[in-house]
Amino acid sequence: MKKDKVVIINRRKLITGLASTSGLLLAGCSSKELPPTYGNVLRMGDLLTYRAFRTLLPAQSLVREYGRGDITSSPAVGTSNPADPHEELYNAERGPLYDRLKAGAFADWRLRIEGRVARPRSFSLAELRALPSKTQITKHTCEEGWSAIAEWTGVPLRAVLEAAGILPSARFVNFYAYDDSGEGIDMLDALHPQTILAYGMNGRELPLAHGAPLRLRVETQLGYKSLKFLERIVVKDEFDDLGKIGDLQNGWAWYVGI
Amino acid sequence: MVAVTSSEERKGSVAGHARWVRVSHWVLAASVLTLAFSGFEILMVHPRLYWGKAGNDLTPALFELPISRNYKHGGWAPPVVFSPGAHPVVSAARTYDIFNQNSWGRSLHFLAAWFFVVTGLIYLVTGFTSGHLWRHLVPCLRELAPPLLWRDIAIHLRLRMPPAPGGPPYGLLQKLTYACVVFVALPLVVLSGLAMSPAVTAAHPGLLDLFGGSQSARTIHFFAFVALVLFLIVHVVMVALTGFRRQMRAMTFWG
Repeated sequence: MKKDKVVIINRRKLITGLASTSGLLLAGCSSKELPPTYGNVLRMGDLLTYRAFRTLLPAQSLVREYGRGDITSSPAVGTSNPADPHEELYNAERGPLYDRLKAGAFADWRLRIEGRVARPRSFSLAELRALPSKTQITKHTCEEGWSAIAEWTGVPLRAVLEAAGILPSARFVNFYAYDDSGEGIDMLDALHPQTILAYGMNGRELPLAHGAPLRLRVETQLGYKSLKFLERIVVKDEFDDLGKIGDLQNGWAWYVGI
Repeated sequence: MVAVTSSEERKGSVAGHARWVRVSHWVLAASVLTLAFSGFEILMVHPRLYWGKAGNDLTPALFELPISRNYKHGGWAPPVVFSPGAHPVVSAARTYDIFNQNSWGRSLHFLAAWFFVVTGLIYLVTGFTSGHLWRHLVPCLRELAPPLLWRDIAIHLRLRMPPAPGGPPYGLLQKLTYACVVFVALPLVVLSGLAMSPAVTAAHPGLLDLFGGSQSARTIHFFAFVALVLFLIVHVVMVALTGFRRQMRAMTFWG
């Protein structure tokens, strides 16, 4: 199938790309293919961690999955309702839109996939639910220091990206939310088998405070990469720091596998 | 890395420490101070410690430290129950604006950790190959005889330590302390730190089993930090009591 071929080439490119940069921790590789440091020594340390982890750790190891009995309570931090104007990250355009979608039980909600894909398209919740689902009981590790184990049900991000046809040159995947937040990950984490778009939590529909109707789960990184309230996904060839809504311009590390 | 031959090391030990010991000592000291500072900031953000695989404000803590406004803050919305029972699984939204400076705190912690781990590895490799660790840090069995041990403990309790030569050979308690720091506390603090990383534990899940979960690892990381801070205080006091200027000269390059 043509769809599969695109992905195989992409994966090969990814592996050879990683192999050719391994060993060179700070030099080499065009700047557009790596998160920028802005000359900030802390960001240089983050970049060293990113490159060292990608060089030293085996690609796409699976995180530990737990049993039902291990499930713990889960705090909901950050935005707990994008439609609430009192929220710190409230967006005056998308907030009211989210409110209307929520009132209609998200029947009109759609997730757009754009950027470096062969067939840009959008998915309704029903269409996402119709794709093969994955349920996993995993640990959410917050940068603050706490952690929580929960069961997440959703569709592997890989399946959604493949349905749109990832172009061979694509290297990063960015995510936008209904509030003023965004996140990005590299293709290695995006194609990780446990990276899913979750619509269910602990056997129920994803609760509002945890990012209804759909959130990202990036199990190989800290919690803040698992963006809630997904609005659209943009596949990129080059690194894009997402401006004022991204991690870097707010002073946070972009890669947080640690 | 500083190349060392055994003759250079012997020569160096006459007038103090070997050159590579002096360099690594100060790089490690600066890294440990930065790690302690940034680590304390990180702890202030969530001053609760747990035992096991996971833990958060909605689960019981092992203990809680009164070190920031986040200590026992009550800013949680009424919990929503996922599953009731003896140990209900709930969710609650936070309504309290917590102290959080982890944006620079975490990145500074890991930047210092790189200096610490790389210099620490160079120290260990050079220490093993040069024989420094065996000859100067690890006490031989003969030295560990209880009467000798008691005598050294008594000397320290009465603060009657003889003036230190500004380098090896070290006293018995001094050797034991340095060996515990180099072979126990420092490896423990690195491994327990790695056991909190989602990417590292995906590749090496054995780290989770070693510590009994990432929250147990976090608690052990904290106690290893406390032990290292206590060592730091005792170390500086002992240097001050047994010839500060001579020992500083022996560990630096200023005369």
